[in-house]
Amino acid sequence: MRGVNKFFGDFQALKDIDLDIRRREVVALIGASGSGKSTLCRCLNRLETVTDGEITIDGQPLPEEGKALTALRSDVGMVFQSFNLFPHLKAIDNVTLGPRRVRGASKAEAEAQARELLERVGLSDKADSLPAALSGGQQQRVAIARALAMKPKAMLFDEPTSALDPEVINEVLDVMGELAEQGMTMLVVTHEMGFARQVCDRVAYMDQGEIVEQGDPEQFFTDPASDRAKAFLSKILPH
Amino acid sequence: MEAISENIPLLLEGIGTTIALTILGYLFALIVGTALAVCRVSPIPPLRWAATLYVEIFRNIPVLSLLILIAFGLPDVGLTLPYFWCGVLGLTLSSAAFVCENVRSGINTVPVGHAEAARSIGLGFFGTLRFVVLPQAFRTMVQPLVNVFIGTVIGSALCSAIAVSEITWVTQSLNIQYAQAVVMFLVAGVVYLSMSLGGAFLGGAIERAVAPSGRASRASRTELNVQAGAQA
Repeated sequence: MRGVNKFFGDFQALKDIDLDIRRREVVALIGASGSGKSTLCRCLNRLETVTDGEITIDGQPLPEEGKALTALRSDVGMVFQSFNLFPHLKAIDNVTLGPRRVRGASKAEAEAQARELLERVGLSDKADSLPAALSGGQQQRVAIARALAMKPKAMLFDEPTSALDPEVINEVLDVMGELAEQGMTMLVVTHEMGFARQVCDRVAYMDQGEIVEQGDPEQFFTDPASDRAKAFLSKILPH
Repeated sequence: MEAISENIPLLLEGIGTTIALTILGYLFALIVGTALAVCRVSPIPPLRWAATLYVEIFRNIPVLSLLILIAFGLPDVGLTLPYFWCGVLGLTLSSAAFVCENVRSGINTVPVGHAEAARSIGLGFFGTLRFVVLPQAFRTMVQPLVNVFIGTVIGSALCSAIAVSEITWVTQSLNIQYAQAVVMFLVAGVVYLSMSLGGAFLGGAIERAVAPSGRASRASRTELNVQAGAQA
């Protein structure tokens, strides 16, 4: 993204954002609440429109509307803070909906793939459960499987663990860590500093709509360059 | 009582006409109203404006005025329909406005995050509505749609004003002949009551069938509400 600005009315949520994510790279986007992390993430598959600036994917500008946009969205998986599973569908039907209705896969084909994915996220026994019967961590893992079912080229995670109980956060982070190892391109908006430090290739720190600093996680967490990042880290990291 | 016994075939025909008016009017209203609701939530402003205009016009005109306009106004512009179909058209136009608002408010009960999730897996506007939003919205729409059905049943009585020989028209004519207003209108009342109750019963059955996990969850939800009320 180049020179991206986003306004909500008079409020500027994103200020001159420049960010590149390379293929197979895992980037953590961190910062205080309201710093624009989620907005940036949502702009990437155009759930939010940008006021000005340029976003390109594989050299192509982000499509405006219509078929090209739905095609882009099907290539970029997204996982939400509030899971957003479809409550009227069983876990497996949540996963097969996209492949069947967007990709045109047959029911058998889509279900075989969905069972494989549910197994990969450790939920093969929950295929026939409705979302309401699953714990938060299980729901989020189904949501990850749902996004993966579209065989996305990249994944966006918008605070995937922020709505979870502490004891189930790790089951979701483990799945994400495996994805990273397998070479998925990922942008992860997160408050999980351990994950950002150990799994991510790069950390970008945002404050008040700007990317203040980005770089190697180890470097960032041990010796941040900017004062704002230092202040942020001193508030959240135990000494 | 001979007013009834001597005119059974006429009364039955009236009941049949009332049922036909109601069912046709309501079915067309469901189709038109849902299409209007889709327009009202669509990303295309002119469609939204047109549907809003429709609702504001047809929701606010009394069915009686509408029926008279259709039956006696349309011939002036060269369109003459049989009175029965004038009745169906009037009921459809009016009920569709109410169906539209019920469907739209049902759509609004579905969290926006679900629509975003649907879009994020590549579903378009219609796919999102069809596979994700409407199936969820339908559950909350059943009872309001029963209300529209009852409105259509009761509204069908007004078709007597344009000489459609439905049950009110039949009982009214027999009343002129036999001068037994109470008996005659009791008959009509029982017909409307049975149809409305039948519709409500069917609605209740549908609601239970589409509830997330049948009766149990409904019961527990009601209980929760009671407790919440007690605390407040």
